[in-house]
Amino acid sequence: MIQINQLSKKYKGAEEYAVKNLNLKVEEGEIYGLLGPNGAGKTTLISMLTSLLKPTSGSFTINGLNFKEHKNQLKQLIGIVPQEYALYPTLTAFENLQYFGSMYGIKGETLRKSINEHLEIMGLSKFANKKTATFSGGMKRRVNLIAGILHQPKVLFLDEPTVGVDVQSKNVIIDHLKFLNKQGTTIVYTSHHLNEAEFFCTHVAIIDNGEIIVKGIPSELIKNQTGANNLEDVFLAQTGKALRDYA
Amino acid sequence: MYFWHKPEKPFAIMHKLWASTYKEMLLLIRDLGGIAILFIMPMLLLIVITLVQDSTFKTINDIKIPVLLVDNDKGEVSKNIIENLSESNSFEILQKSSEEEAKEAVFSGEYQLAIVIPENLSASLQKKVDQNVEGILSKFGLEEDSLTVAKVVIPQKEVRLYFDPATQVSFKSSVKNGIDKMISKIETQSIYKAFQTELGEDGAEPIFDTENFISFKEILPTKNNAEIIPNSAQHNVPAWTLFAIFFIIVPLSINLVKEKNQGTFVRLRTNPVNYATVLGGKTIVYLGVCLIQFTLMLLVGIYLFPAIGLPGVDVSGKLPMLYVVAFFSGLAAIGLGLLLGTITKTQEQSAPFGATLVVILAALGGVWVPVFVMPKFMQSISKISPMNWGLEAFYDVFLRNVGFAKILPEISLLLLFFLVTIKIAIIYNQKKNAV
Repeated sequence: MIQINQLSKKYKGAEEYAVKNLNLKVEEGEIYGLLGPNGAGKTTLISMLTSLLKPTSGSFTINGLNFKEHKNQLKQLIGIVPQEYALYPTLTAFENLQYFGSMYGIKGETLRKSINEHLEIMGLSKFANKKTATFSGGMKRRVNLIAGILHQPKVLFLDEPTVGVDVQSKNVIIDHLKFLNKQGTTIVYTSHHLNEAEFFCTHVAIIDNGEIIVKGIPSELIKNQTGANNLEDVFLAQTGKALRDYA
Repeated sequence: MYFWHKPEKPFAIMHKLWASTYKEMLLLIRDLGGIAILFIMPMLLLIVITLVQDSTFKTINDIKIPVLLVDNDKGEVSKNIIENLSESNSFEILQKSSEEEAKEAVFSGEYQLAIVIPENLSASLQKKVDQNVEGILSKFGLEEDSLTVAKVVIPQKEVRLYFDPATQVSFKSSVKNGIDKMISKIETQSIYKAFQTELGEDGAEPIFDTENFISFKEILPTKNNAEIIPNSAQHNVPAWTLFAIFFIIVPLSINLVKEKNQGTFVRLRTNPVNYATVLGGKTIVYLGVCLIQFTLMLLVGIYLFPAIGLPGVDVSGKLPMLYVVAFFSGLAAIGLGLLLGTITKTQEQSAPFGATLVVILAALGGVWVPVFVMPKFMQSISKISPMNWGLEAFYDVFLRNVGFAKILPEISLLLLFFLVTIKIAIIYNQKKNAV
């Protein structure tokens, strides 16, 4: 489904590569977790895969298509849930979703039905006509997620979809993502919640300094790492305990 | 095509354009404070400016400027000067006894002007005139005893004017010209009078006509055989309406910058919608705002101005053309606003830059100072200001009473400006976000 070849990104003025010669293959139906400390290059990688950033070198295809030649088709094929809420605060949840749904060409009753169904699933039906400015972080995250999946994408990219939300919101989000995956959606997501990733992802890749250090099925990674009881042990063993502050 | 390798179906584009327009409309109407500023402030600006400028356009001025007058002459000439100043209806004469006192009051800003008439002005003028007249008559051999009048040197007299240093140059010039003209007239009348006396004629029956022989008349454009007399409203409504229309670039550029900062623009970049469609939605809504602004300002000119004692705006038979000019001026302003919003990254950049740019364009366009009084090189620059094109088109319709063909070059330039600015914005966005 996703084939990444020697993909690199170096920001203007930066000394180091944010992503360096990265190779990765994500098969259809997988839930692929991109894990790594702050500044590891996860968001940069997702931004390149969703056409938000231009790679410095290398290439990738999604479903056999690349952005240079099939931009429109690819945009229709993928969904993105950015780390920021990316909503109009003075519009209601319904109006926000109506607008973003329309941008995918969905219209009329189909769009209305889809929005209402998703709001119902995410427990937001009674807040449909409230401005998103009044929503809690968890509610905004859920609307943010719906905006990325209204057009039923084949590949869904999520950048920290559960960051800063309560346990209940996180549970609803993860459950729905699992449901979408069962329906055939391939998911690529970044997270700092290693416990969540361990049970949610079919595959993970631990990235540090723009490179993949280790990748595979979570249970196998734990098994292969001496003294590791969970994914967090693997993560710390692979990336070290030094703080990763950056500005 | 910029964003699509396979062209989208027109119906799909229309649907996205409609959705973008509807979203922009919702964003606008949810910001009541913003709407109030967009509509009320331009009207307030128009009313204030017209009230302030109204007197300069009035032929019969009912505003009297207090003027200090120190009469050291107390003769025929000073009496004449005082009478003329009073009759002009422009000045309220306040007599002062000392020049020092008058000077202090003016230089401290208490009064704008003081006139000091020198001592013995009447007597000296009379002597000088008599001397000149006798000299002329003796040349013609009409003087009975030319040697009896000794040729004495009469020193020149000066009427002193004191202006408040804060007084504008244009006011000073018009006062100086007025007083110069008045003094010339008094001198001329004295000369005629002296001739009459020397020729032994009865002063009660003047043989010279002292009125000006050459006069002038301003010929104004006419409509239905009636003269179109320019007034402050006819000048201010188009100028300040245009100014307000162009101020739309501030909220519009902020709108775009907000999209970038709140993350919605990032989402839109991942959606299958081109930037032109996003800008199209904003253009439609803000063009509507411009036309509503224009309508409100016209209503102020037509109905409110006469109610508060200002001259009303005559739009009879001109409305369609006025809306055409407003439409294209709005487009030019929106193009500039969208370009600014595309290039700038923060509100701190877009708001002050946009506001200052509008003021510069207004100055260049001739909103404050007419283009013909600008230095030559500024006149050339003025020709590339979209506000100048808009203003000229408005004046063509409002004051010159011309047909559609005459405004075609100006509205074509405004449309071209819109297309060029939008194209630059799209290319910039494409280059910036190319993948």
